[in-house]
Amino acid sequence: MSYVKSRFRHPEQKKNAVGFVKSDYEGALSTLCAGCGHDSISAAIVQACYELSIEPHRVAKLSGIGCSSKTPTYFLGNSHGFNSVHGRMPSITTGANLANRDLIYIGVSGDGDTASIGLGQFCHVMRRNLNMTYIVMNNGCYGLTKGQDSATADYGSVNKAGSENPFPAIDLAELAITLGATFVARSFSGDKTQLIPLLKAALSHRGFAFLDVISPCVTFNNNKGSTKSYDYVRQHIEATSALDFVPEAEEITVEYEEGSSTTVELHDGSLLALRKLSPGWDPTDRNAAMNQMDKAKREGKILTGLLYAETSSRDLHDVLATVDQPLNSLTQEKLCPGSAALEGINSSFR
Amino acid sequence: MIHARRVNDMVIRFANVNGTGSASANELFARAIFRMGIPISSKNIFPSNIQGLPTWFEIRVNDKGYVGRREAIDLIVGVNPQTYARDVASIRPGGYFVYDNTKRLHPDLIREDIRYIGIPMMKLCMDNYEVPRHQQLFKNIVYVGALSVLLNVDLEVVRQLIREMFSKNEKLVPPNFKALELGATYARNNFEYPLDIHVERREATGDQIMIDGNTATALGAIYAGATVAAWYPITPSTSVVNAFEKYCKKLRTDPATGKKRYAIVQAEDELAAIGMVIGANWNGARAFTSTSGAGVSLMTEFLGLAYFAEIPLVLVNVQRGGPSTGMPTRTQQSDILLCAYASHGDTKHVLLFPSSPAEAFELTATAFDLAERLQTPVIVMSDLDLGMNQHLSPPLTWDDARVYDRGKVLSREDLEEMKEFGRYLDVDGDGICYRTLPGTHPTKGAFFTRGTSRDEYARYTEDGPAYVRNVNRLQKKWETAKQLVPEPKLFQSANRSRCGLVWFGTTGYAALEAIDLLESEGVYLDVMQIRAFPFNDTVARFFATHQEVFVVEQNRDGQFRSLLINELNLAPQQVLSVLHYDGMPIPADTIVAQVKDHLARIGIPDTPSQKLSVG
Ligand SMILES: Cc1ncc(C[n+]2csc(CCOP(=O)(O)OP(=O)(O)O)c2C)c(N)n1
Ligand code: SF4
Ligand SMILES: [Mg+2]
Repeated sequence: MSYVKSRFRHPEQKKNAVGFVKSDYEGALSTLCAGCGHDSISAAIVQACYELSIEPHRVAKLSGIGCSSKTPTYFLGNSHGFNSVHGRMPSITTGANLANRDLIYIGVSGDGDTASIGLGQFCHVMRRNLNMTYIVMNNGCYGLTKGQDSATADYGSVNKAGSENPFPAIDLAELAITLGATFVARSFSGDKTQLIPLLKAALSHRGFAFLDVISPCVTFNNNKGSTKSYDYVRQHIEATSALDFVPEAEEITVEYEEGSSTTVELHDGSLLALRKLSPGWDPTDRNAAMNQMDKAKREGKILTGLLYAETSSRDLHDVLATVDQPLNSLTQEKLCPGSAALEGINSSFR
Repeated sequence: MIHARRVNDMVIRFANVNGTGSASANELFARAIFRMGIPISSKNIFPSNIQGLPTWFEIRVNDKGYVGRREAIDLIVGVNPQTYARDVASIRPGGYFVYDNTKRLHPDLIREDIRYIGIPMMKLCMDNYEVPRHQQLFKNIVYVGALSVLLNVDLEVVRQLIREMFSKNEKLVPPNFKALELGATYARNNFEYPLDIHVERREATGDQIMIDGNTATALGAIYAGATVAAWYPITPSTSVVNAFEKYCKKLRTDPATGKKRYAIVQAEDELAAIGMVIGANWNGARAFTSTSGAGVSLMTEFLGLAYFAEIPLVLVNVQRGGPSTGMPTRTQQSDILLCAYASHGDTKHVLLFPSSPAEAFELTATAFDLAERLQTPVIVMSDLDLGMNQHLSPPLTWDDARVYDRGKVLSREDLEEMKEFGRYLDVDGDGICYRTLPGTHPTKGAFFTRGTSRDEYARYTEDGPAYVRNVNRLQKKWETAKQLVPEPKLFQSANRSRCGLVWFGTTGYAALEAIDLLESEGVYLDVMQIRAFPFNDTVARFFATHQEVFVVEQNRDGQFRSLLINELNLAPQQVLSVLHYDGMPIPADTIVAQVKDHLARIGIPDTPSQKLSVG
């Protein structure tokens, strides 16, 4: 069951630039386990959309199947949502985006949904650089089917039943960089200060933005020996940089030490300001990103933050050269060639 | 042996090797006969292979308009020594074997009861062309030239077709003319012509066209306003999207910007293809996919989602020989049950059965209206024979007054005026609810689409009664669908026989000829063409008013028969199968023979007072 939250609004809630208050971005009451990392990510999505002043109905939220894929019910209640089938969110989102290029697409998936059954679609949606934000709520297990290891579970990680995972993990962020995703970041459901600006940057990025968010499953994978537990992640996390999202209209006010900071300008003119850069890392260099991730892995650390961004890429509509007007709004006059043209076609077959 | 003169009534077969350019030469020859005003049909019998294997091309010429398959072959042009033995054996007594006598025929290939026409095709080419590739290619045109003389095909018509074929590359015209003349001259100098079987100009084709069904389907999608196509290559459906792209380029490019009013994606597999189509339709664009064989199997999970979540979509299934990879380059109608009930749980889907290119165009366009009106998948059940062969067909027609039926979609203004929106509220009592598209209204009309059970307001529920209300409403929608799908076609104004015959799809070509053959032998049947599933009252009445009904179909298990029995609650002994499933289109002879076998058992119906004319 999902419950409808009372629509009571505190009179003092602050309106954003498009006239909505934060509760306008909330969804139904969550039915996930108390303390599930996925709920924190939903909250971060609410905050990011509110702060970005996105009109809720300009967003379409899509997902596959899993606890993670249920979350679109729990955020952006004024947006259309689509809880599809297991592992196939990317294709549904691709079609939706082809039909209407003007909406903002948020795809939510789990590590089972993406790294196993949906691995193929995940790879191909990246190749096509579909303009969307793709969030994996990564808990290293299949929450909804009661805790089996997923393909992102680290080698040797211990699950609740006490068995060690004998297979190497698929690192989705690494895969994303390899396959040409144009915005790749990793974060942690427990780190709002990092997650919210990353979400804002991802939503402002034109092209495929991938966020691998570690999101502990308190019920099945939060035990000792699990590398996706709250404790383990907190102890091993390391960031590529600290970051701020700076909307288009605003100026960067703080000055940072030279060499230790950089900015990434996004398609809409907003900026992602990165400071305290980890040495040797350049967010616009795929190889540097791969090296950093490799290094962190060898040191037993979980590298988070922005990993890679390429902001001048062509999205699927650019590649297909579709008209600027959304295809779903073209009228019959624009689409149907009419009987005279058909007569011409008929005569070419005589 | 005395040979009867036969004009405009013959079956010609070309036996070639694939990848040698023979296909276009054979089509050229077929079209030349059609241009002479004589009804024809052609079948490509090709291997699942790119180069080097046997391939056949068959032309049936018949000025009465029978263009289904007949089994007796009158003349074979044998260009492939690999299949000589088989080809020689398949000629009817008194028929002709036209072959390349650059090499001598093996004595084993000599039959006393057929006639041999040797033409030194390769030698003529070696003497006249230098490049080996040309020698190969023009060999095809050489036999077209010779055959034109032998069968009385107007060479000027052939030349005109060659001119049209190379209108963008005119320097290829003279060498083709030369090859044509080489063959023609050889035939004139060495044989008596025309043969006793030959063609004569007629005006029996009227305004008809020669077109393949896949092209007609693609044009139907364009005229219906489809903007998104997602697909994964598979024979025999590939040319649907190829044709869609070809005509979209011409008809759907924005003249001002050069940008496209359509999007085509070659997906990573059929799952992704239909997923994209669902996403696009959910978002208000008309979208379709086309596939065959294994592709349909892969799409079943998504078909269930679209059925249950009530999302329109059009799927074109160009059926081929199954099961599994089956006979990928042969035809069947063997996906009937799969498509009718595709996916787990209580699911069923609207099916349309085109029988000609004109109907493929019309029914594909209709599929988009039905899908949006009913908010459900509609599957166009074509097949390899219809899709990939050139068929004589009435011209494609489009009524400019026709307005797309976009179904029950609420606009921003509608939502503004509404007190309450529930995505799955059956306000009109027809089982079809109102939907909204993403982005329509800032605060109203948003809902959550899901494949899970839900209540009238699209909220997830596991409440038994709510689930039952929902699936019962879907059943009501199914009843509504019966009123909306294309009517069956009855070939008599009133019943005249105790027995009926039902056909659908490409079986019609042979079925209508079989009916005439049976009538000539004093067997009279009432005939119905079914064009859609679910079956409506007219279909039910046909069964209610006939004692026995033959169902002609191209699969082993009598799938359509099972569907009829199941859906109309028929007594199995009332419905008699006429089946054909070797991968070649069903011939009229087969239908006649099997109907007669049944009648021998159940008794021939009385001769009615009025006769039926279906030709
Ligand atoms: C085709 C198919 N197979 C299996 C399932 C059962 N199933 C539901 S959710 C799930 C795994 C979900 O794992 P994940 O994506 O990591 O989501 P989480 O619950 O961990 O957030 C599986 C296997 C299904 N729904 N569909
Ligand atoms: S089972 Fe795990 S993933 Fe699912 S809701 Fe509970 S904590 Fe979250
Ligand atoms: Mg998981």
